[in-house]
Amino acid sequence: MEVLLYTILTLCVLGVLAAVILYFVAQKFRVEEDPRIDEVEKMLPGANCGGCGFAGCRGMADALVKRDDISDLFCPVGGGDCMKAIAAYLGKAAAEKQPEVATVRCGGTCEKRPRTNEYNGTKSCAVAASLYVGETGCAFGCLGFGDCVAACAFDAIRMNPETGLPEVDPDKCTACGACVKACPKMVIELRKKWPKNRAVYVSCVSKDKGAVVMKACKAGCIGCGKCEKVCAFGAITVENNLAYIDPQKCKLCRKCVNECPTGAIKLVGMDPLPKEPKAPAAPKAAPAAEKAVAKEAPKAAPAAEKAAAKEAPKAAPAAEKAAAKEAPKAAPAAEKAAAKEAPKEPSHES
Amino acid sequence: MKTFPIGGVHPSANKLSCAKPIEVLPLPEAVNIPLAQHIGAPAVAKVAKGDKVLTGQLIAEAGSFMSANIHSPISGTVTAVDMVPNGQGLRQMMITIKREGDEWAEGIDRSDKLVRECSLSAQEIIARIKEAGIVGMGGATFPTHVKLSIPAGKKAECLIINGVECEPYLTSDHRMMLEHGEEMVVGVTILMKAVGVGKAYIGIENNKPDAIAHLSKIAAQYKGIEVVPLKVRYPQGGEKQLIAAVTGRQVPPPPALPIDIGAVVCNASTTFAVYQAVQKRMPLIQRVVTITGKNLREPRNLLTRMGTPVSALIAAAGGLPENAGKVINGGPMMGRAMVNLDSPVTKGCSGITVLSERDARRREASQCIKCAKCVSACPMGLEPYFLSKMTQKKNWDELEARMITSCIECGCCQSTCPAYLPLLDWVRLGKQTVMGRIRARAAAAAPKK
Repeated sequence: MEVLLYTILTLCVLGVLAAVILYFVAQKFRVEEDPRIDEVEKMLPGANCGGCGFAGCRGMADALVKRDDISDLFCPVGGGDCMKAIAAYLGKAAAEKQPEVATVRCGGTCEKRPRTNEYNGTKSCAVAASLYVGETGCAFGCLGFGDCVAACAFDAIRMNPETGLPEVDPDKCTACGACVKACPKMVIELRKKWPKNRAVYVSCVSKDKGAVVMKACKAGCIGCGKCEKVCAFGAITVENNLAYIDPQKCKLCRKCVNECPTGAIKLVGMDPLPKEPKAPAAPKAAPAAEKAVAKEAPKAAPAAEKAAAKEAPKAAPAAEKAAAKEAPKAAPAAEKAAAKEAPKEPSHES
Repeated sequence: MKTFPIGGVHPSANKLSCAKPIEVLPLPEAVNIPLAQHIGAPAVAKVAKGDKVLTGQLIAEAGSFMSANIHSPISGTVTAVDMVPNGQGLRQMMITIKREGDEWAEGIDRSDKLVRECSLSAQEIIARIKEAGIVGMGGATFPTHVKLSIPAGKKAECLIINGVECEPYLTSDHRMMLEHGEEMVVGVTILMKAVGVGKAYIGIENNKPDAIAHLSKIAAQYKGIEVVPLKVRYPQGGEKQLIAAVTGRQVPPPPALPIDIGAVVCNASTTFAVYQAVQKRMPLIQRVVTITGKNLREPRNLLTRMGTPVSALIAAAGGLPENAGKVINGGPMMGRAMVNLDSPVTKGCSGITVLSERDARRREASQCIKCAKCVSACPMGLEPYFLSKMTQKKNWDELEARMITSCIECGCCQSTCPAYLPLLDWVRLGKQTVMGRIRARAAAAAPKK
């Protein structure tokens, strides 16, 4: 009985002693940390994506609190609102940045850019790029192994198995830039985000000469310079056989889209301009054709509608054929509709 | 019998063309000459479109000390200096020449007469080698004059000639040793003089007994040259492995070079090229290329002018077989698969291997079971499974600490892996990235000084 008593007493004394020591040690070595860092961290999205340049949100919060000038710090995920709220809390001037979205600048789908060889190695763009040119004849375009998809923390970029190219969901994309860094071919660019996800951009990064591009890919930029001439805002420059549209100068006038002979300039979220000179009879026919496509498409699939709307030409029959070609990728039903309707319309008119 | 101390594998040799004498490939109608055929800065083109050139004429000059001259392999007209896809389809600056006859530049001795005596000084020898644009012809394409210029404060103790040819299928060095042994040994004496050593070893694996016997007989006539038979083991032809096998000494990890332990290594074909450059003033414009493969009608060893399209070699061997799966520039262990058969033969191309669809296809990879076979196979004492994993995790600091830059990309790890993991794919990527980081760091540190 006594043994038990002594044991309990000894343990109690030891416990109290340890508690006292620990208390003083904790006092002595206490780390003073600004409580605002915790608050700011809570205000940040907590994605820990690294898009700000820090390892995680905590690092960003630390920098936001400690630095006097925070105008060069920006959280791409939280965006302007998040930065404003933090700046207001800290009493500092917030960085202002226009919203951006990741844009895949390659139109070399399986159809337009035929495979010239079969890659049997590690399914990684970085590895393939370190070994050779890729499965197609194009030395610049998307390799299609999805390093960008693996890098995305927001599920905003996905491989489309039909085109073999990654597609960005602009609503999910936070412009953190992880995919831009992951792409060894530098195909992806952060571009200005327009309302309703509209965009006009050159969907090609090939610096090869026109003839070489034509051989490797039917959707490549051949550096002909037609778009540069037609642009009224000086937004387009052609350098090293490649056109580039400056997103800051571009006003989405869409003139360049019609000029491009290979269709390398992509138009998203808008209808193309009517083609002017070639077919005088067409303008009347075109809206009808467009309606036909618009009517039929929703039944098939909403995705198909977008694709059809993107490509749906307002005028020339030649362009309508293109729509018929494009549609199959989206949905077979839409294809039938477009194919059925397209030939009828010009015949009514003529 | 000697060999290197750690790692290594024993792939089946498949030396199909080892009994085929060297034959001359007919001159190509046009050639593409890449300006970067060597390690270091690309050469600077000295000709422009429309220029007439003669065989052996200098067409591109070394861009810096670490670079090499390039000479025209045929005579004719320059039709372009432009970006052309290489064997891997990547765009590279090349000089395109269309052939008109075969007129040689003056001063080149094309006779077969053996010239033994060399009265030049070491400096003059190195100057002639530099002038001839000679680079390591085993595949690494390190400029030979750079290797022979011993840095101040260091001293060469022995010269090692690499006649190992451990890569399966390839036989170009083997045939060179058999058919040009006399010239090669004279080349060895010239190299000994250039680096100022009295001792030279010729390392040959014992699967080439004819070459060992032939060169031993010739070397006996000269002082200080010894043929060292080596036990067959891949990658014995690696510079560091050969030094370890012959001298028993290990080269410390990078940035140390073989010269730090007093060794200078030169490939057998390079030694012949040195003989030709110094004694005959012949620039490096042709080399022996093995065209081989189990399904080829006629595997051969062909004396080929630089810039000849690979397709011409394949045609000379009876054309591409129906079940061809891969055409490899080099051998199956270290060679690179090609996507463009119109790409040219370059100074470092010792063979073209055609693998069948079945041999070429990689097997489905499964999980690493930590059996450590790759670790015991690695001749550099690295841990390939770990390096590959860390590359996938982008842990570059860890990779640097684990000496990924020592990797010689021999492929032993991948060939020995029972899970068929693509170890070398990842390790190579990791090595490239880490070396890029080291260079960037050096560049950032440089201006401050």
